[in-house]
Amino acid sequence: MSDFPKIITQNFDVENAWDINVYIERGGYRALQKALSMKPEEIVEEVKKACLRGRGGAGFPAGVKWGFIPKDVEPRYLCVNADEGEPGTFKDRNILEKDPHRLIEGIVITCYAVRVHKAFIYIRGEWGKIAKKLEKAIMEAEQKGFVGKNILGTGFSLEIVVHRGAGAYICGEETALMESIEGKRGLPRIKPPFPATKGVFGFPTIINNVETLSNIPSIVLNGGEWFANIGVPGDGGTRLFAVSGHVEKPGVYELPVGTKLKDIIFTWAGGVKDGKSLKAVFPGGISAPILTSEELDVSADYSSLQKIGSMLGSGAIVVMDENTLMIEVLDRVISFFHHESCGQCTPCREGTSILERKIKKAMKGESSLEDIDFIEKIANSMVGRCLCPLGDACGMQVVTIIKKFRNEIEESFKKREKI
Amino acid sequence: MKEGKEIPSEILKIIKKYPNKRASLIPILHIFQEKFGFINSEMEKYIAGILDIPPSSVREVTRFYTMFKKERLGKYHITICSSISCHLLGSKRIADYIKEKLGISPGEVTKDGKFSLEEVSCLGYCDISPAIMVNDEIYGNLTLEKVEKILKKLSEV
Repeated sequence: MSDFPKIITQNFDVENAWDINVYIERGGYRALQKALSMKPEEIVEEVKKACLRGRGGAGFPAGVKWGFIPKDVEPRYLCVNADEGEPGTFKDRNILEKDPHRLIEGIVITCYAVRVHKAFIYIRGEWGKIAKKLEKAIMEAEQKGFVGKNILGTGFSLEIVVHRGAGAYICGEETALMESIEGKRGLPRIKPPFPATKGVFGFPTIINNVETLSNIPSIVLNGGEWFANIGVPGDGGTRLFAVSGHVEKPGVYELPVGTKLKDIIFTWAGGVKDGKSLKAVFPGGISAPILTSEELDVSADYSSLQKIGSMLGSGAIVVMDENTLMIEVLDRVISFFHHESCGQCTPCREGTSILERKIKKAMKGESSLEDIDFIEKIANSMVGRCLCPLGDACGMQVVTIIKKFRNEIEESFKKREKI
Repeated sequence: MKEGKEIPSEILKIIKKYPNKRASLIPILHIFQEKFGFINSEMEKYIAGILDIPPSSVREVTRFYTMFKKERLGKYHITICSSISCHLLGSKRIADYIKEKLGISPGEVTKDGKFSLEEVSCLGYCDISPAIMVNDEIYGNLTLEKVEKILKKLSEV
């Protein structure tokens, strides 16, 4: 069942793999030594060949992103996005807890490849404990000469700073993340300029997700082609699928990009909890438009899910069983986005507020059927009209849930009307 | 806390990590939040003074980020995840139980100052839903029995 390599999770079952000595015993930091003997451009080329697409949600090819950094502007920065906040997502947390040195090694190689001397790891605020452990891991790496000044005697230097957020989902959006590092509110910026030309502190910046960077050591060791061959054309490697909700075995599963969604749920995660039948799935966190049980025979890669009107996002699969009430799912979706809207763009700020009022009324049984049309109209009006994807995600999700489960939602509105 | 000329070394260490002073604002606020359990306008002014920024620039940040509190939290601050995965596995029952047991609603503190409660967005522990956090500590795969034990243990400490 598993004749594919484990890349990210290869140390997950190893005791104390977070200890630098255990990591080194298992071949850790060998990729860094190899990388430092290569030319920076050669590393970028390998990552391009690997077709490594960003694991945070947007799926932009990492090597191409690195290539956008102008050659003549200093300083330049790397921001590591560890602000994992998408409901249903917990893969990056597993990397940070179980194998932090894989990430650190990936960061050092990446910084060498794009000639960065300062990296910020933006970690979500609630994970104070994990942040402290990560800082300790960085210090250990520094003591061994893998981080800091004159790394392994090559003259290349890199400082890594762990920066904790403070409870704002929006800071996972790359431009809001940069604002937050600068000590401001997490309000997304207008693009262009893109971070590669004008990023954090106004300088060229690369922003990569934790899982993305944790793939880099293996790509350097085994070559880009090897990595590209694991996934599907144009979308290489494995993915960490975080499966949660009504499944027998919730958890993180590392599988090749392009594994069928139904196999992830039924073969790997043990199927629906308590032998119930499956009703619906969010295939990429709460931002990825809902799929019904008839839509699961799909390859879990960026373009296949896009083709059926959803997205792979952060690879967070939330499974809902037959007893799940869609009006409650709608309530959780709206309530989340309402709480997390930064308030900068009117369609998102006002849209999520109106939706929140309407769904709360419906939950209390004080709505009429016309309210469903109204909710749909408001949700539609948010799509494509905001600076960042939060408004889009909310609008699209609400519209899709109503479209696919309209009869049930109408029944719920009617039933609750009677109560 | 008075506005003094001496800047604590703990804060100086943070400032040095960043290309400009303002960028150290959020880490500094974390220190105050952890130390005092809240951040008031006096502290905001003090921090603004250290970083050479207007107090309003500090205020907008403390009000934007949910982890910075205007008022003192309980000794044990309980955050209950109310997002989708925890919801599917019964977080509402857990939340209702805790509210009833402690006699407070989210945003409130018990009279003895021991507990405060907050409903939050996804904590990132969906593999052990339903989950809550007590200060820095995560508790997962919760049942009412487990919650009862946790609350009992904390009440005794």
